[in-house]
Amino acid sequence: MIKKDLVIVGGGPGGMAASVSAYESGIKDILLLERDQYLGGILNQCVHTGFGLEHFKEVLTGPEYAERFIARLQDMPGIDVSLKSLAVKLTRDKTVTFLKPGVLQTVKAGAIIMATGCREKTREMVHIPGTRPSGVFSAGLAQKLINIEGLLPGKEVVVVGSGDIGLIMARRFTLEGAKVKAVIEIQDKPSGLLRNIAQCVEDFNIPMYFRHKISRIHGRDRVEKVSVVKVGDDLNEIPGSLFEIKCDTVLMSVGLIQENELIDASGIQIQGNNTDVPGIFVCGNALKIYDIVDWVTKDSFAAGKLAAEYIK
Amino acid sequence: MKTYDVVIIGAGVIGTSIARELSRYRLNIALLEKEEEPAFGVSKSNSGIIHPGTQNPPDSLKGRLCVQGNILIRKISKELGVDFQEAGELIVGFSEEDTKELLRLKKDAEALGVPGLKIVDKAWLRENEPNLNSEAVSALYAPTAGIISPYRLVYGLAENAMRNGVEIYTETKVEGIIRAGDNFEISVSKGSFNARRVINAAGLFADDISGMLGIRDFKIRPRKGEEFILDKKKENLANHLIFPLPSKISKGVLIIKTADGNPMIGPTAEDTEDKSDLATSDKGLENVLKSARRLVPSINDKDIIAYFAGLRPAAGDDFIIRHEEKSPGFINVAGIQSPGLTASPAIALLARDILKDTGLALRKKLIFHPHCKKSIHIFSMALSKTKGLIAKDASYGDIVCRCEMISAGEVRDSIKRGARTMDGIKFRTRAQGGRCHGSFCTTRIMKILAEERKIPLTGITKRGKGSEIVKKDRVDD
Repeated sequence: MIKKDLVIVGGGPGGMAASVSAYESGIKDILLLERDQYLGGILNQCVHTGFGLEHFKEVLTGPEYAERFIARLQDMPGIDVSLKSLAVKLTRDKTVTFLKPGVLQTVKAGAIIMATGCREKTREMVHIPGTRPSGVFSAGLAQKLINIEGLLPGKEVVVVGSGDIGLIMARRFTLEGAKVKAVIEIQDKPSGLLRNIAQCVEDFNIPMYFRHKISRIHGRDRVEKVSVVKVGDDLNEIPGSLFEIKCDTVLMSVGLIQENELIDASGIQIQGNNTDVPGIFVCGNALKIYDIVDWVTKDSFAAGKLAAEYIK
Repeated sequence: MKTYDVVIIGAGVIGTSIARELSRYRLNIALLEKEEEPAFGVSKSNSGIIHPGTQNPPDSLKGRLCVQGNILIRKISKELGVDFQEAGELIVGFSEEDTKELLRLKKDAEALGVPGLKIVDKAWLRENEPNLNSEAVSALYAPTAGIISPYRLVYGLAENAMRNGVEIYTETKVEGIIRAGDNFEISVSKGSFNARRVINAAGLFADDISGMLGIRDFKIRPRKGEEFILDKKKENLANHLIFPLPSKISKGVLIIKTADGNPMIGPTAEDTEDKSDLATSDKGLENVLKSARRLVPSINDKDIIAYFAGLRPAAGDDFIIRHEEKSPGFINVAGIQSPGLTASPAIALLARDILKDTGLALRKKLIFHPHCKKSIHIFSMALSKTKGLIAKDASYGDIVCRCEMISAGEVRDSIKRGARTMDGIKFRTRAQGGRCHGSFCTTRIMKILAEERKIPLTGITKRGKGSEIVKKDRVDD
């Protein structure tokens, strides 16, 4: 077992900000664990602009926002960044076990910050019935396929939910030459930011259906069409309202949930902005789903400071 | 053209079990499968329950084969390196009336030879199955019930059959069979096969295949079942397989333990005409939740991470396993619904005996290789054991699927052992099968598959041609 003053789990915007802040508060022995092969988390696939308005007072893309923090981390020699490192176990007595190629390591920490972020809700979580063909993607996976891998997931797209990633992907697909046939939202107003409704949907004349839901996905091998129904204010289906939209792709953008499986498995409870174990902190989207990354940064700076005070 | 001694149609659990059993003998065997991989038909939706033999009529063929299969599967799973866990089952009663019915079931099952049965009371249930509805008054406990991964069993059988000389042809759909003297000529999507004997294990399509030789005295009536998988963190929801009292057409909605740890609830039972109808429904979910909560009230629909529907290839009440005198040399193995997975090793032996009775000489090979290498699953290992493994091969520490903890090494292994599609990888390893449903790991797995198969990313499919994951390279055009 090795020892570190501070272990931070997650190298996205939350974990990076927490590392910088703890370092600047005097903690010089930090291990930052990131499961991917690069820092930055989901920012790396967000090639659109709109990041940093609050924190940096300028308009950046996701990778640019991440790059600013990566550059600062490089100037902080006491921060040991461990990539391709997946934390698999957290305990109440402040140990973290992680796997990386060739290594299984347990670290005893003076304090721990969990910055494990969030994940997208799936089709399964909102129980959309029908078949299970290829062509149903979370908006984030579609974003990764297009922006990182250079692949076009589909040509005729229906977006389910009006979360920001879905709206941004509606625009992205359109710009790539695909036809976005509808955005279907069960609520009576969008869940994403108004600027995204204007810039990603209205500007491209993509039809938006509020108080509608997908009642069935069709297609054996690949998505062929979806059934759509109108719902009342009680969210129940209005009889006779069913219509179909032909498409080869369904994008799910129905919200995010905290990725707190390690905390749950350890029996640690999240209480307010902290946990019930002194010295174990949670920050960023793992604590609360934020609309914009600047708030993740702000929250995580605070967590870094708290952890530093605890260690001292 | 080569003449095979035996051609088996259908590479589900029945076709692969028969193929592996026959591979002990000096026979030329071909196994034909219309899908891209084995187990992609009926078998992929199997619950994975190894039934003890309860809930079968005492004079039924399926009852007898089930009891026999329950014994045989233990040795076979060990040989193939597929985990079998004897979980035990409880059929739960809620009234004195129910208890009487349980006693009747016990008597029937004992007549079939099911061992170790006992009626347990409320106190036993509270102690051994704490999440069970406290209104339950008794249960029939069958200790020999078990669980197995249905896909890993089929893949083990297929791999081992191949090792012993069976030729497996996937994406090979049988389009017609005609007699050519004493033999058969089987035309398929790309060419044809000659065979001395044909074994029809075509699952949902067994009636169509049989009809090609003019035998139309049974019809496969698909019975749909919808199942809902819960998050692995609910692994300890139940300690046993939990059944309600059975109805006439099905065993009811169950609480199922699975080989992968995730509990499953279901299935529904609904007759359908459409052999491709694999859609789930709101109604199905509602019914399953209601029935499952009667057994375990704490089940939360928020814990559902996946669902699917499967079709049982029912043809009347019992299995149809017979040599067709009207077309000598043609053997039907049809209507293999529940408990088909459990019975499969016994069905294979029966098929072998029938084959022998047709006059085909069965001579044992000098050497038969019964074993498959056990595949590595990090998630089912103690962390301390993982350490040595990843020190030896770093790729087992390179976690691709974080929800289920599957490494790049395991994904590669699965491809080397036959996976050709994303579903094939999921069934073998569980990668993409967890709570994020592949949102985080799909691209990584696609790349490994493309690299190993030496095909472009645009050629990667979910489950065979037509189910490509992406439409095109964005940058190219």
